[in-house]
Amino acid sequence: MDRKTPLYDIHLKYGGKIVSFGGYLLPVQYGSGVIAEHMAVRTKCGLFDVSHMGEILCEGPEALTEVNRLLTNDFTDLTIGAARYSPMCNERGGTVDDLLVYRTGETRYLLVVNASNREKDFAWMQAHREKADFTDISDTVAQLALQGPLAEKILLRLADQNDIPEKYYTFKAGRNVGGVKCLVSRTGYTGEDGFELYCAAGEAARLWELLLDAGRGDGLIPCGLGARDTLRLEAAMPLYGHELSEEISPREAGLGIFVKMKKPSDFIGKAALEIAGAPARRRAGLKVTGRGIVREHMPVFAGEAQVGVTTSGTHCPYLGYPAAMAILNKDAYAVGKTVEVEVRGRRVEAEIVPLPFYKRA
Amino acid sequence: MNHPAELSYTKSHEWVRELDDESVLVGITDFAQHELGDLVFVNLPEVGDDVVAGEPFADVESVKAVSDVYSPVTGRVAEINEALLDAPQLINEAPYEAWFIRVEDVADTEDYLSAEDYVAFTQEEA
Repeated sequence: MDRKTPLYDIHLKYGGKIVSFGGYLLPVQYGSGVIAEHMAVRTKCGLFDVSHMGEILCEGPEALTEVNRLLTNDFTDLTIGAARYSPMCNERGGTVDDLLVYRTGETRYLLVVNASNREKDFAWMQAHREKADFTDISDTVAQLALQGPLAEKILLRLADQNDIPEKYYTFKAGRNVGGVKCLVSRTGYTGEDGFELYCAAGEAARLWELLLDAGRGDGLIPCGLGARDTLRLEAAMPLYGHELSEEISPREAGLGIFVKMKKPSDFIGKAALEIAGAPARRRAGLKVTGRGIVREHMPVFAGEAQVGVTTSGTHCPYLGYPAAMAILNKDAYAVGKTVEVEVRGRRVEAEIVPLPFYKRA
Repeated sequence: MNHPAELSYTKSHEWVRELDDESVLVGITDFAQHELGDLVFVNLPEVGDDVVAGEPFADVESVKAVSDVYSPVTGRVAEINEALLDAPQLINEAPYEAWFIRVEDVADTEDYLSAEDYVAFTQEEA
């Protein structure tokens, strides 16, 4: 049985086309369509319901030790008010999930996990915890993402300048946004400037309407999961279940900089990653030059030899061409090289290009 | 939603326009383009290809997914609408002008629905 987010009725009100995603009923798009929603985020601003994301608290005097042991990144120098991205590995070096970690207090961290992995992650943390306490607070928390070059201008109509975090990957907790108490985080999954606002589930609908009213004159529109996916693909952000999985290590996925092999403490998966050494395959960007749309799980060929498989792919609305991410044998990887992707029995040419496809100016 | 009375429709959401020379134009319905969302790619057969009633002859891709388009008739492709290859959004903008193929030597057809019956059918599906 799929869950509804606190904004389900709002999505119906705004004409959202509802689909099931990660165990939640969410809009894939609204009336304006994926392309218009995508372009709104690149050029103006878009508003997303991302309440399906899971929130887990890690608390206790040993909380830092615990996150450092469970996650591959190093949190030793993460200050209160800052956020950091990290993979979480299994003992084989595969990826349990990728998450965002907020340090909200001296001995308190907020971990934001993927909706589809929420139960799995919480069970994993409970099974591997030593001293800190983990609490799944997902059902009490809503999350709205305000994304785009005009996001700050719009948010300023509802919040004081000093309640808005200045730097990317920082946040301010317990702030007033139009009378709704929020954790205001300068983060996102679109490749644009923007904010993720966490509030009590019961306040989500009010916050949504306040934000839309504040931004409508600037072109702010509601955006669905379709645009969320095309935006993150252009920005080459990994999506769990695609670029990352229990069988794909973060190093293979090109996320080696978030795996701190030299941090002082041991972490789950480190031994396996050490033994594996430099990965034999790597993430690659493919710009489709032939005719067709490349999707996930399509074989990639160099001549007659299969050299990998795509992990995500779509038409990129802002760039105006189709693109895909793939995991390729390292010796087949060279920027500028032409490969072929088998799209439903037909070979379509693509060029290996550096990631990300899109980077904001 | 708009479904012109002079056209014939299929349960797989194509429309058929019969021309004076007995060839037919085939496209997808307003309901179909609305369900698919923004179209970004179209794959069409070539002139001279045979098409078979009830079999796929083309595919359309939205940002999210690919869908087959089924031929309402058996016959031979006399003409393709090349404008769609460069501008698939024409299908979203004007689905009854954005024909995919013109088919001649029509030997067989699907069981068509009238506009009225098609509308009733889409309401059951929705």
